[in-house]
Amino acid sequence: MKDTEGYVTADGRQIGGTLMEMRNITLRFGGVVAIQDISFDIHEGEVRAIIGPNGAGKSSMLNVISGFYTPSEGEVWYQGAKRPPMKPYEVARQGVARTFQNIALFEGMTVLDNVMTGRLTHMNAGVVSQALWWGKARNEEMENREKVERVIDFLEIQNIRKTPVGRLPYGLKKRVELARALAAEPSLLLLDEPMAGMNVEEKEDMSRFILDVNDEFGTTICLIEHDMGVVMDLSDRVVVMDYGKKIGDGTPDEVRNNQDVIDAYLGVPH
Amino acid sequence: MLNDIFIAPFVDMVEAPDFLMQVLWEGLVSGILYALIALGFVLIFRSSRIFNFAQGIMVVFAALTLVGLFAMGVPAWLSVGLTLVVMFVLAVVIERVVLRPLVGQPDIILFMATIGITLFLIGLGETIFGGENKVMITEELGIPTGDTVLEPFGGLLILQHLDITVVIVATLLVLALLAFLNYTQMGRAIRALGDDHQAALSVGISLQTIWVLVWFIAGIIALVTGIAWGARAGVSFALEVIAYKALPVLMLGGLESITGAIVGGLMIGILEKLFEIYWGQPLLGGNTETWFAFVLALIVLLFRPQGLFGERIIERV
Ligand SMILES: Nc1ncnc2c1ncn2[C@@H]1O[C@H](COP(=O)(O)OP(=O)(O)O)[C@@H](O)[C@H]1O
Ligand SMILES: [Mg+2]
Repeated sequence: MKDTEGYVTADGRQIGGTLMEMRNITLRFGGVVAIQDISFDIHEGEVRAIIGPNGAGKSSMLNVISGFYTPSEGEVWYQGAKRPPMKPYEVARQGVARTFQNIALFEGMTVLDNVMTGRLTHMNAGVVSQALWWGKARNEEMENREKVERVIDFLEIQNIRKTPVGRLPYGLKKRVELARALAAEPSLLLLDEPMAGMNVEEKEDMSRFILDVNDEFGTTICLIEHDMGVVMDLSDRVVVMDYGKKIGDGTPDEVRNNQDVIDAYLGVPH
Repeated sequence: MLNDIFIAPFVDMVEAPDFLMQVLWEGLVSGILYALIALGFVLIFRSSRIFNFAQGIMVVFAALTLVGLFAMGVPAWLSVGLTLVVMFVLAVVIERVVLRPLVGQPDIILFMATIGITLFLIGLGETIFGGENKVMITEELGIPTGDTVLEPFGGLLILQHLDITVVIVATLLVLALLAFLNYTQMGRAIRALGDDHQAALSVGISLQTIWVLVWFIAGIIALVTGIAWGARAGVSFALEVIAYKALPVLMLGGLESITGAIVGGLMIGILEKLFEIYWGQPLLGGNTETWFAFVLALIVLLFRPQGLFGERIIERV
C-alpha cells in the first residue's frame, strides 16, 4: 500500500515508503489559526524533524498526529489508509507513541511501572484473567517485563528502576518518558522537544539515544525542536513551521539555505 | 474532671486488658469496612475526579439485590454471582448514560450527577424490592454465626464468628485490590489515569474502560460491605450511613491516597470505638461514634492541613 518509493540518506541508510501523510491540515482554536493548510509526509525508518520558533504550531501538529487534536480541515493518512477521527488511545493502539513538551509521567509510580504502562497497547488478556492472575495474563506480564527491562537497559536507567518518578531530576524524567514510549515498540515515535531544558551533556546523551533507537530498532521518529542547531545533525528531513504555515521542507542542508527559514529564525518581521 | 479525662481511662485500660482487646477488636471490624468503602471512593475519585455520592446507596442496592434474588428462590451463592453481574451492568450503564455525556463538565456537576444516581437508585430499589427492612441471608451464605471465647490475661474476649469472617474477607479483598493495582496492567492503568490524564491517553488507556472498571470495583466493595453490615444491622436504606462513615477517613487520608484510605479507615474504626467506650460513655453519655470521626479529622487537619499522607498538596502549590 506504500504509494511512494523510499530513498537513500546522505549517510547511506535505506529509507522506506510513506508511513504517515498529513494532507492540507488546518487547525483553528476559535479565531487563532494554529496550523494553516500544511502537508508533509513521514517515511518509514527516517528521523523527521519539525522545527520553528515558539508558537509556530509544532506541538499542535504533533497533537493532530497523535489524536489529541482533531484537525479543522485536512486528512491524516497512516499506513496507506485515511484515518477517521480517532481518540488518542486509539491512535496509540495503532502504534503511535509519544512524549510531551512538558513531561507527562505518572509521578506517583516507579520508573519501572511507568515504563510498564508503555506496554498497555499490547494488552490482550482480559480484566478477569488479570484479576485472577490466570495463565494468559501471567505470561503476558512476564513477556512485558522482559521487553521493558530491555528498554530500561538500553536507556541506561537500571539504577533508578524502583524510584518513584516524582523524585527524579528533569533530565532523567525526559529519559523515562522516552523509555515509556519505546516500550510500546511503536511504528511511529513522536518526540515533542526531547532536549528542551537540558544542559549540554544531557542534550548529547539524548541525541545519542534518539539516533540509537532509530538505528537499532529502525523506529520511525518525528521530533520537534525550536532550537535549529540541535536537530540538524539528527534528522534526515526537516519541516519548518512559522506562524502556523509551512515555510520549508527538505534535507537539513536545503532547509539551512532557505531564505524564508533564515528570515524566520532571524526574526525578520512578516 | 482532669482525672476522668487524662488518667482514669488509661488506668481502666491497663487494669482490664482483656476488655481493651475487646474494644480494639470491635474497632478493627468497623475500621476495615470503613477502609474498604474509602477505597471505593478513592479509586473513582483518582480516575475521574468524581466524588461518588452514590457509594452509600450502592451498598444498599447490592444488599437488597442479593436478598431479593434469594427471596425469589435463587440459591444463595448464585445470588451473590448474579448480584455481581447486576453491579457490573450498573457500572456500564452509569458510565454510558451519566459519565460519558458529562465528560469535561466541572467536577461539581459530576458530583451532583452522582446525587442524581443516588436518588434514582433509592427509587429503583424501593420499586423493585419494597421499602421495608429485610434480613441478610447470613446463614444461607454459610457465614458462621457463633462465637469463640478467649481468656487473655485471665479475662474474657468474645469474638463473634461473623466478625472474624468479615475481617478475613475484607482483608483478603483489600490485599487482592492492592495486588491488582500494583501487579497487573489494568491496575497500572487505573493508577496511571489517576496520576496524569494526558499521559494515560498517550499510552493507550481508554477512559471509558477504566471508569467501568472502577465503578465495578466500587460495586464489589458495596456488596461485601453490604453483606457484612447488613448481617449486623439488617438490610434497609439506613445501611447507606456506612458510606458517610468513610468521609472522615477521606478527610484524614486524602481523596487520592490508597494507603490513606486503608490506614485512615483502620485508625478511625479503632479510635472511635476507644473514645466511645473510655471517654464517650462515662463522660458524655455515649453515642459519640456518630460524630467523633469528624471531630478527629478536623483536629488532625488543623495541625496537618495536608492530611495524614498528603505530601502532594505541598508539591502543587
Ligand atoms: N489547546 C489550545 N487552545 C487554544 N490555543 C492553542 C491550543 N494549543 C495551541 N494553541 C495555540 O496555537 C498556537 C501554536 O501553539 P503550539 O502548537 O504550542 O506552538 P509550538 O509548539 O510551535 O511552540 C499558539 O498560538 C497557541 O496559543
Ligand atoms: Mg511546542
